[in-house]
Amino acid sequence: MTSGILVSSESDSGLRELLTKGRELSNALNVELSALVIGKTDDKDIQSYFDYGAQKVLMITSISPEMLDAETYTFTLSEVARDAADILLITSTRMGKEVAGRVAQRLQAGCITDAIGLTTKGGDLIIDRYALGGNTISSEIIKARKKVISIMPKAFEANPSPTTNGKVETIDIKPPMRRVEIIERKKKLGESVSIESAETLVCVGKGISKKEDIEIINELCSTLKAELGCTRALSSDFHWISEDRMVGISGKRCKPRLHVSIGISGQIQHSVGIMSSKLIVAINRDKEAPIFKISDYGIVGDLYQVVPKLNERIKAIGT
Amino acid sequence: MKQVVDLQQIRIKRETREPVLEGLSVLFGDMDKNALEEAVRIKEKHGAKITVLSVGSSRLKETVLEALAMGADEACIVVDDACEGSDTAASAMVLAAAVRKIGSYDLILVGEGSSDNYSGQIGSRLAEILGIVQVTYVRQLSIEGNSVTAVRDIEDALEVVKTNTPLVISVTSEINKPRRAPLTQILRASRKPLNIWTLKDLGIDANTVGLRSSTIQVASNLAPEQERKGVIFEGDVTVAVAKLVDALRKEGALS
Repeated sequence: MTSGILVSSESDSGLRELLTKGRELSNALNVELSALVIGKTDDKDIQSYFDYGAQKVLMITSISPEMLDAETYTFTLSEVARDAADILLITSTRMGKEVAGRVAQRLQAGCITDAIGLTTKGGDLIIDRYALGGNTISSEIIKARKKVISIMPKAFEANPSPTTNGKVETIDIKPPMRRVEIIERKKKLGESVSIESAETLVCVGKGISKKEDIEIINELCSTLKAELGCTRALSSDFHWISEDRMVGISGKRCKPRLHVSIGISGQIQHSVGIMSSKLIVAINRDKEAPIFKISDYGIVGDLYQVVPKLNERIKAIGT
Repeated sequence: MKQVVDLQQIRIKRETREPVLEGLSVLFGDMDKNALEEAVRIKEKHGAKITVLSVGSSRLKETVLEALAMGADEACIVVDDACEGSDTAASAMVLAAAVRKIGSYDLILVGEGSSDNYSGQIGSRLAEILGIVQVTYVRQLSIEGNSVTAVRDIEDALEVVKTNTPLVISVTSEINKPRRAPLTQILRASRKPLNIWTLKDLGIDANTVGLRSSTIQVASNLAPEQERKGVIFEGDVTVAVAKLVDALRKEGALS
């Protein structure tokens, strides 16, 4: 018997995803679902947490969500979860992932980060995550009573499931003095990129031989109204494309309806980021490239010949 | 640093979707090398002593020489069969005990995650056990005396933070490009101190680590099911493109 599920996220959209999944689990395990909310007091916000299935909202008003740091977040979650919950679900942002490990250590909990699936089977929680660099999906059970799980953003859809008679509880938390001083926080340069939510995504890799040639890919993107993504080599190593467009295990994960992969061999570190695409199309010179094994359609050929022709053809039929 | 199998070499059994892990070569994780490279750069600038610390199988001896050749001064490896199958909590406990045995330190540098499981828990757990500060996802680091300034990569923002040693720092792959160990150093590396410890040396009860005491039970570990069509066009580019566009239209992917 568990004492309850507590969910926490830095963003409202993240919280709604976790609440939706949390509600399913709380029904299956017959335990209470609580949402931890830091610094929010607006009635409309609180009501939206009930709308997405929270049975209890635990409000922390003594901490400002602005400039929240990992130490304060760790302290807050540990203090609340110690008594309020055996299962703690956090969004696996970088902050969430760091905090998951720290809270788990404080509470002597078992911890799984970057979960992509969460189901119940005979009272057990089965947690799926990528393993072996994305080669496999490992399904794991936490045997410790306390469980801390960080869940990939957008792993679950948010669906309303209103609770009536939800309770609000205010908790007074006094975090310790900060040991790390935040000097500044600045948004990364570059236009806003929405790889994760793109409906059509075109990804390019080392098959392109110089920076200027990315233009032919951009043309295809504009025809398809697609977002541009890339492999690690093109962003981190060559700096041809900004890092916020990097797709893969250390970058972003996408789930577009159409994914076009150009000049990408399909090493697992990249392809793990595209597995959730509905339709994958690959263009590569090498017939043996692993990308073709995970593609729905492919053309074996030189991207410099294929891409302009493909662009023309799609333009001709009009999209 | 964590030793992992070469992930590029992993083959998947077609019938069972099981990964084949036998006979693979082993190496240190990519971001673990970024952490070591950063340590070497700090040493070159400010002077320092670098100790490589790792817990793992007896095959660690195969990879630790490379780390020494990259510029570490000594290595401490914890090799004990009882550690096989440990969860991150147990591994962090062993590493923390080894850190205490090493004694004084200013910085503990780790990769943001291992190449294989990328769970990113070790740094967090170490900092908690040792009761010291942790600064994660660092892509730029500068040190002055005991003052540390770091630029953290937190998804859509960069954050500049300041704190003091001792602390745990986790680095991202953007922080540097790890050097290849020069041949002369590889030859010299085998003469650098290599301490091989067992759990007993660290005063750890073997029953508190390993698979039996793990809080994580792996129910299955298989390659994901891929139901892809695998229709590949070859030959004349114009024809192939026409066929592809036709197929995409039928899929409704171009609307």
